[in-house]
Amino acid sequence: MSVKQLHTLSVEDKIFKNLDGSDDWHIKGYEKRGGYKGLDKILKTAPKDIIEQLKASALRGRGGAGFPTGMKWSFMPPVEEKPNYLVVNADESEPGTCKDRDILLYDPHTLVEGIIIGCHSLGAKTCYVYVRGEYIDEADHLQKAIDEAYEAGFLGKNILKTKVDVDIHVHTGAGAYICGEETALLESLEGKKGQPRMKPPFPAGAGLYGCPTTINNVETVAQVPPILKKGVKWWTQFGRPNNHGTKIFSISGAVNKPCNVEAPMSIPLKTLIEEHAGGVIGGWDNLLAVIPGGSSTPMLSAIQADTILMDFDALREVGTGLGTAAVIVMNKETDILAVMTRISRFYKHESCGQCTPCREGVGWVWRMMERLSHGDGEIEELDQLFKVTKKVEGHTICAFADGAMWPVQGVLKHFRPLFEAEINKAKKKSKQNNTAKSA
Amino acid sequence: MTAQENTLLKQSDENLALRGARVQIVDDEKTYTWPKKLDKDIKGIIAKYPSGRQASAVISLLKLAQKTFDGWLPVGAMNLVADTLDMPPVRVYEVASFYDMFFTQPVGKHVVRVCTNVSCMVRGCYKVLSEIEDELGVKAGETTSDGMVTVQEFECLGSCCEAPMMMIDDHYHGNLTPDKARDIVKRVKEGDVPTEASK
Repeated sequence: MSVKQLHTLSVEDKIFKNLDGSDDWHIKGYEKRGGYKGLDKILKTAPKDIIEQLKASALRGRGGAGFPTGMKWSFMPPVEEKPNYLVVNADESEPGTCKDRDILLYDPHTLVEGIIIGCHSLGAKTCYVYVRGEYIDEADHLQKAIDEAYEAGFLGKNILKTKVDVDIHVHTGAGAYICGEETALLESLEGKKGQPRMKPPFPAGAGLYGCPTTINNVETVAQVPPILKKGVKWWTQFGRPNNHGTKIFSISGAVNKPCNVEAPMSIPLKTLIEEHAGGVIGGWDNLLAVIPGGSSTPMLSAIQADTILMDFDALREVGTGLGTAAVIVMNKETDILAVMTRISRFYKHESCGQCTPCREGVGWVWRMMERLSHGDGEIEELDQLFKVTKKVEGHTICAFADGAMWPVQGVLKHFRPLFEAEINKAKKKSKQNNTAKSA
Repeated sequence: MTAQENTLLKQSDENLALRGARVQIVDDEKTYTWPKKLDKDIKGIIAKYPSGRQASAVISLLKLAQKTFDGWLPVGAMNLVADTLDMPPVRVYEVASFYDMFFTQPVGKHVVRVCTNVSCMVRGCYKVLSEIEDELGVKAGETTSDGMVTVQEFECLGSCCEAPMMMIDDHYHGNLTPDKARDIVKRVKEGDVPTEASK
């Protein structure tokens, strides 16, 4: 089967038609753009059939892990004594990622409609949207959109006479990266410190308040209605098999026009940067490295960036990941060692302190990075640093520590000579100083 | 001690400051009560959650308390939240010390948070920060002597396509240049705080 390589989407094919904020974000604007049309028909479809369609579409979660959404939804048990919950993760804090913010600000009804269908499919009557604390204007827009939807009869009891009941509540956080981890988010939602839970039990068995819960990213939930309305065939024309669909890419850093853009999956990274983000500052030849999916994903070298396709599988093959599709571009003017040290400091600051390897390891790694990026140390210590990252990775309750170690492994893989040069330079300097002193 | 050893020591000291581990709660020996006009808001917040799960409202009420009482959370204010939600006070202290947006020490009237994470760093946020520090005459983490403005170096605020950016009180200001940042902060210093976000 030949893969249709699309590089831009027509307005028709875009799910987030108002992502740039040029049009009205209120319900009127959304309905004019085709929103809420056919909602009653979907609410009359059996949940089982909806989930089958999602499975066929191969939609994978847009929050970072890329777990198949249809399969996730099929884990939810039928409602018995306890209620089922849908929780939407809008705790967007992965450095480089700002896509959910624009959805909340400029197209919040896409999410509201997705939640209505999601709740119906999962047997949930209540949905909580966990919005990061700093997104005050964004949470405000979402709340207004929810109010408008209630008024129009799309939320509440017996929606559009389909006997479906859905209530949405906005819950805001207060500034902690770890709350984007789904079980930490649940803890935070229950009024505790955001420290991840052991799994199993998985949230589908015992999640929010011990009830069956599904947690999805904003973008994933918002993409469900168009898939159901336009059909699996429409969805699968974009991207390679197992990576289908459209995706919002946040392109930031050393590009001429940083932006959020919805594009087909499997788009070449070079096309993405050149056609949608105005190209690298100083031209493509001035490219140093690219972080493809938020700060947790290991970087790509300029050579890799030349040919790589932006999808889950292509990036996994080269030892990194699509993550949240937050493309951070660094050109040759960037002090890459300083930037990567800054990322290590970020993880040190955000560790929740629950597991020893992470709590101690992220600080240790940050101090090493701080020292070695200034050339203060021995070349052998680079190997030691790499070994320690391998010892932290995979030995904690959640994936935070992995995400903290991968970027360090990435910089050691691609830019070890830079560290070595710094170390040699510092050694030479101290030798000269010593000679000067003794003379 | 050499300067270098000194820095290292400071660094390792900072490393021990895990989330909440070094937070000291301050008792200003006042008693706090909710103003009558907030009754409806508080009831509305608690009603979002199933009965018996009112602890879920802790973040929202701490924010409300922080906004109502001078921008920070003395022990009395946290105890008030604990009372309102029927929670053990220590659980509330835990939450207040875990999240970055809560202050357990007195703080300036306005808070300027400058994002210095990766996308902003690539686009020159440290120049923006030093311009702001220069304008206010304080370093990140400090408050101006008149108690007007606190500056913080903040982790990624999730507005990376508008980098470099900062948050002043409730709103985002993006696409900053050192000059633009200085102008905005100058206004804040004089009490003219922007009431909406700017791009």
